Amino acid sequence: MRTTKSARAAQYVALLAYLAFLAFPFLWLISTAFKPAKELGSLDPTWIPENPTLQNFRQAFDEQPLLQAGLNSLIVALSAALVAVVIATPMAYVMARHRNRLSKAATGWVVVSQAFPFVLIIIPLFLILKNLHLINALPGLIMVYVVWSLPFALWMLVGYVRAVPTELEEAAAVDGASKLRTFVSVVAPLLAPGIVATAMFAFITAWNEFFFALVLLKTPEKQTLPVILNRFIGTEGVADLGPLAAAAFLATIPSLVIFAIIQKRITGGMFAGAVKS
Amino acid sequence: MTLATATKSKRSAKNAPSRRPADHGAWFLVLPALIPILVLSVGPLLYGIALAFTDSQSGRTEPTQWIGLLNFQDLLHDTLFWDSFRIGLLWAVGVTVPQFFLALGLALLLNQNLRFRWLARALAIIPWAMPEVVVGIMWRLVYHPDAGVLNETLSSLGLGEGRDWLTGTATALFAVIVVGIWAGMPQTTVALLAGLQNTPRELHEAAAMDGAGAWRRFRTVTWPAIKPIALAISALNFIWNFNSFALVYVLTQGGPGGRTRLPMLFAYEQAFRYGQFGYAAAMGCVMVAVISVILAFYLVGRLKGGDE
Repeated sequence: MRTTKSARAAQYVALLAYLAFLAFPFLWLISTAFKPAKELGSLDPTWIPENPTLQNFRQAFDEQPLLQAGLNSLIVALSAALVAVVIATPMAYVMARHRNRLSKAATGWVVVSQAFPFVLIIIPLFLILKNLHLINALPGLIMVYVVWSLPFALWMLVGYVRAVPTELEEAAAVDGASKLRTFVSVVAPLLAPGIVATAMFAFITAWNEFFFALVLLKTPEKQTLPVILNRFIGTEGVADLGPLAAAAFLATIPSLVIFAIIQKRITGGMFAGAVKS
Repeated sequence: MTLATATKSKRSAKNAPSRRPADHGAWFLVLPALIPILVLSVGPLLYGIALAFTDSQSGRTEPTQWIGLLNFQDLLHDTLFWDSFRIGLLWAVGVTVPQFFLALGLALLLNQNLRFRWLARALAIIPWAMPEVVVGIMWRLVYHPDAGVLNETLSSLGLGEGRDWLTGTATALFAVIVVGIWAGMPQTTVALLAGLQNTPRELHEAAAMDGAGAWRRFRTVTWPAIKPIALAISALNFIWNFNSFALVYVLTQGGPGGRTRLPMLFAYEQAFRYGQFGYAAAMGCVMVAVISVILAFYLVGRLKGGDE
C-alpha cells in the first residue's frame, strides 16, 4: 500500500509519542532507583542520576524483609502455576473436544467469573479459609491463586488444544485407547509448548497479585512482595523514595523477563479462540 | 516426534483389554479442575450473594442471622456508597473510552510497515507485565510534588507551579485515570492488533484501488472486521476497571476525602476495616447488578444499530 511521505512522517511522530508515553514512567522509576538521597531531595530532579549509586538497593533490603517476601512470592507463584496447568490442561482438552453441557457450563463460568467483583468472592473465601486455619498461610493463598488463574489458563489452553489435529486421537481411539490414555500419551506431549506458556502466565499473574494477598496474609514474614512494597509506601519521606523505587524495580524483573519470553505465545494463544470462531 | 508418540500409544493400547469399557475417562480429566472451581469459586460466589442477606460481621460471637433486604435498604440511603459508585462509573468510563481510542491508534500504527515496530511492540507490553503495585509506586514517583518528573517538566516548560496531583481534590481523580489508561493500554492494543491482522488485505487494496480515502477504508473495511473484538475488549475493560482495586489503593488509598474511592475500595474498607461482611457483600451484589444492566444495554445497542 502506498503512503505519502508526509503521512509516513506523521506516523513516526505518533509512534514516538506513544513510545514516550509508555516508557517514561518506567525510565523514571529506574532513574529514581539509582539516585543518591541528596539528588532525590533536590528541587531540580534530573533524568540521569549525576552520581548513580546502589545504596538504595542496600537500604531497601535493610528496611524491609524483601528477601523473605521474594521467597514467599516465588513459592506461591510457582506452586500456583504448576497446580493450575496440571488441573487445567485435562479440563481444557475435554472442553475443546466435547461440546456437551459440561463444557458449555465451564465456558459460561469462565466468562461470568470475569464480571464478579472480588469483594463478593473474597469475603466467603476469607471465612472458608479461616475455618480451615489457612489465613496467613501460603497454602491458602496458593489455592486461591490456582482457582483465580483457571479462567485464563483454560481459555488459553482450549485454543492450543483446538490447534492439535484430531486424527491422532481418532487413531488412538480406534486402537482401543481410553480417553485418559489418549490424553496422557497423545495429546499432552503435543501441547507441551502451550502448557509451558500458560504456566508462565499463571506465574506472572500470581507474582503480581495484590488484593487477595493483602486480605489473606497478615504478618510481614508471610507476606508476598506486592504487599511488602505497599507497606513501604506508608512510611515514605523524600529520602525513602530511592529504596522504594529500587525495591519496586527488583520486584518487576521476574515478570518482565518471563513476559518477554512468552509474549508471542500469549498474544497468539489468547485471541486464537476469539479470532477463529 | 508426533509420530513416535502416536505409535507408542498404539502399542500400549494393544496391551489394554480389548473390550471397550464405558468411557469414564472424561470425568477423570475434568474433576481435578472442576472440584476446586466448585469449592473455591462457584461456592463462594453463591455464599457471597447469600451473605448479602445476613448481618454477618467479622469476629462476632452470636450466630449470623438472615435479615432479608435490610442491607440493601441501608445501602439505598448510604450517600457515601453512591458517591463512591458515581466515582467508580466516572473512573470506568474515563479509563475505558480514551484507552480504547489510544489503543486503536497504536494498533493501527503497529499494523503498518514502520521501522522500530518491534521495539514499539516490546515496549508497549511493559505496563502489562508489571505488578499493579509497582505501577502505582512508579506513578507516585512521577506525580511526586518535589522529586517527581511531572512537576519538574511543567516548571521547566514554564507551565506554572507544580502541584500535588494525587492529594489535590481537583486533580486526584484525573491523575489516577491517566494511570488507569496507561496500565491497560497493552491488553487493548494487543487485542485490537489481533483483529487488524485478521482483516482481509485484498479488500483493503481493492478499496484503495477504487479511490477510497484512508478514513473511508477504515470505516468500510477495517472497522467491520475488528468490531467484534473491539466490542468484547471494551466491555471487558469496563468491567475490569469498574472492579479494579490495587492501582488506586496504592496511588491514593481512595483519598483525598474520598475523591478517588472506587466502589471496590469502599467495599474493602467496609469488610476488612469495619468487619461489615454482610453489608460489603450487598455492595458487591449491587455492583454486579448495575454492571450487568449497563453492559446488556451497551452490547444490545451496539450489535443492533452499530452500522448507523
